[in-house]
Amino acid sequence: MNIHKKIISDLAPKKFGGLDTIWTGFLIVVIIVGIIAYIDQLIKGQEVTNMRDYALWGIYISNFVFFVATSFVGTVTVAILRLTNNSWRTPLVRIAEIISVAAIVMAGITIMIDMARPDRLLNLFLHARLQSPITWDVVIIPTYIVISLLLLYFPLLPDFAILKKYFKSKNPRHSRWYGRLSLNWTGSKVQKALQEKSIRIIAIMIIPIGLLLQTIDAWLFSTTYRIGWDSTNFAPYFISGALVAGIGALVAVIYVVRRYKKLENYITDFHFDKLGKLLVLACLIYLYFNINEYVIPLFTSKKGELIHLETLFTGSYAPLFWSVTIIGLIVPIIILLFKKGRKPLPMFYVGLIVVIGSWWKRFVIVTPTLLHPFLPIQGVPESWHHYFPSLHEWLITIATLAMALLIITVLVRYLPVIPIQRTIDELDLINDKDKNTEP
Amino acid sequence: MEKSNKNSRRKFLDKGLKIGLATAIGGIGLSKLTSKLNAKTNSNSIDTMELMTTDGKLIQVDSSEVMEVEHNKEHDKKYNVREGMPNKKFVMVVDLAKCTNKLKCQESCNKNHYITGDNAWLKVYNMQESEKEAPYWMPTLCQHCDKPACVTVCPVDATFKRKDGLVLIDSERCIGCRFCMAACPYSVRVFNWSEPAQGEMSEITMHTDMAEHTPSPEYAGMPSIKGTVDKCDFCPHQIHKNELPHCVSACPNDVFSFGDMYEDAVTNGSGQTVVLSKLLEERAGYKLLESLGTEPSVFYLPPVDRLDDFEEGLGNYNEFQSVKKPE
Repeated sequence: MNIHKKIISDLAPKKFGGLDTIWTGFLIVVIIVGIIAYIDQLIKGQEVTNMRDYALWGIYISNFVFFVATSFVGTVTVAILRLTNNSWRTPLVRIAEIISVAAIVMAGITIMIDMARPDRLLNLFLHARLQSPITWDVVIIPTYIVISLLLLYFPLLPDFAILKKYFKSKNPRHSRWYGRLSLNWTGSKVQKALQEKSIRIIAIMIIPIGLLLQTIDAWLFSTTYRIGWDSTNFAPYFISGALVAGIGALVAVIYVVRRYKKLENYITDFHFDKLGKLLVLACLIYLYFNINEYVIPLFTSKKGELIHLETLFTGSYAPLFWSVTIIGLIVPIIILLFKKGRKPLPMFYVGLIVVIGSWWKRFVIVTPTLLHPFLPIQGVPESWHHYFPSLHEWLITIATLAMALLIITVLVRYLPVIPIQRTIDELDLINDKDKNTEP
Repeated sequence: MEKSNKNSRRKFLDKGLKIGLATAIGGIGLSKLTSKLNAKTNSNSIDTMELMTTDGKLIQVDSSEVMEVEHNKEHDKKYNVREGMPNKKFVMVVDLAKCTNKLKCQESCNKNHYITGDNAWLKVYNMQESEKEAPYWMPTLCQHCDKPACVTVCPVDATFKRKDGLVLIDSERCIGCRFCMAACPYSVRVFNWSEPAQGEMSEITMHTDMAEHTPSPEYAGMPSIKGTVDKCDFCPHQIHKNELPHCVSACPNDVFSFGDMYEDAVTNGSGQTVVLSKLLEERAGYKLLESLGTEPSVFYLPPVDRLDDFEEGLGNYNEFQSVKKPE
């Protein structure tokens, strides 16, 4: 039973160290700066952004799409790996769920930042029209938030009970909180059956809802006439992109958490190797849809389509387009195909590159299309022909990213990042097997 | 016991049906009778009147049947703003052969809608599809599509389509998501990125006008609201006054004609009215980006037999000239 105690003390949340406090303080400062910029935007209007009548959406929207995509990681790891009985997911699921919750909550906030009249938010319910893809978003995002929270919470119940006991003498206040959150978990057969059933239902529910979330996100664009958006390929293109963004974020966060929480015994090279294979699979699927999206239209090369593709391939957006495609997608595929590339440290860099690439990828999806309307851009100031985010937009957007990181940091601080109960159970199972086979 | 029970129920139903039928017939008969009686009292006069129908036939009508109707001018205005004027379908025809980029339409539109942003609602494009093709001037305004992409995507019904063909914006409801702007293939929608400066520009005009004007989707720009979308409204406020939209009457070349499709007639700025269907047939009228299926209410006549050379318009042409700002 000593081994159990060791697992619990290894995995129980620990106090912030000096570095953690600095990190959290830094995030809070960034967020406050962003909030000030946002208040300024509220007072002066969207004029403070560099969006104008042609580039009518900017990084608020592409950042929103990025958050939505990243939130897909919960669906992938928890639901899909669970249903396919990939038991190596155990030490990774909690972090995936945490990222998922942080990302989808921030997606909801980011889309409101883009609204020029947030004071009229209630109109979305009072005058809702079902035919608008925005209404679909209004329905699906809160749904996904609730399901993600439940998927994070239900498996935590036994862990909360363990932590209640663990902190009884060390930190009575925390112990009381964990006790309340554990909902009187005793680990009885009835409770276990109920919990297992609930998790199974949610794990299955989150698959169609996660897919729908990405799909609706794509439909926001593909329900318009705009060249570059008006594509039947868009929904699967977004879903596969979300796989890449989500798993990339998971790899990067897991590496950092493992390092600072010293979890090398729990999250091993084996797990990174598996994750690397999953990420390379995601990247290959995404590459496939990229080819569909950008190469196939070249064959018919309709006039508008050609102008759009030329700006991406050789025009003003070429450096960005090729960066996100080559550095953000093809290079990771090459690195991850090698076993050495799937070691923790290289994986961390790949994950980081993939996440940054995914963020800029959304920028490349949103902006260039808007600058190629059907009628030529005329009669507006020269600066309206281009778009690059303003200081306000950067400050606010960086603040939303910091807020997502802060949510992750706080949850990682107070929750056991690796499921304690399940780790113990799995260990017992292995030991039992060993005992049975020994004699 | 059971049998007799059934029987009595059957009897009851039978009787009930018969009585019901009898009362119904009696009722109808009674009402017929009374109506006949009433008619008799009225048809004492033997006077008849000669009247002409709308298609020019003379008919005789009993004078007692003729009633004088007091024409109620207010009647035309009493309709649901979201449903539109009854029995109307407004259309516009833009004759590209006559446009020489004088920009009077734009000036008038800007002035009357108090537009002070950088982007005018009505634009005259310098168009040339490809090198070998002839350049021409193309005024564009909201096409008031019958299948408006902007209306489909609006999440709050702030922009709406009316039975009389108009696509309008309720700027009191708009949440500023700009989805309609992304959806519009004609790029006619304009956003109020900041507090519109129209207040200072026309303090006097605004205030005198505002006395009898409450903000309505039927008069866009009165006032423009920060964080909401604006665009051409086809000037229903002019239609009420029995006048043509500002751009139509301002154009010195009669480029624009405006009218009602049900009447099959459009009127240009000089007051000449022509048959719409004939005009479109003779001059090969078309619609902008017709392949998208938006079904615009604005027709274009191709720039053949031009009033003036294309170059004439270049004198007025600037890459960009800001809308006249308030002093």
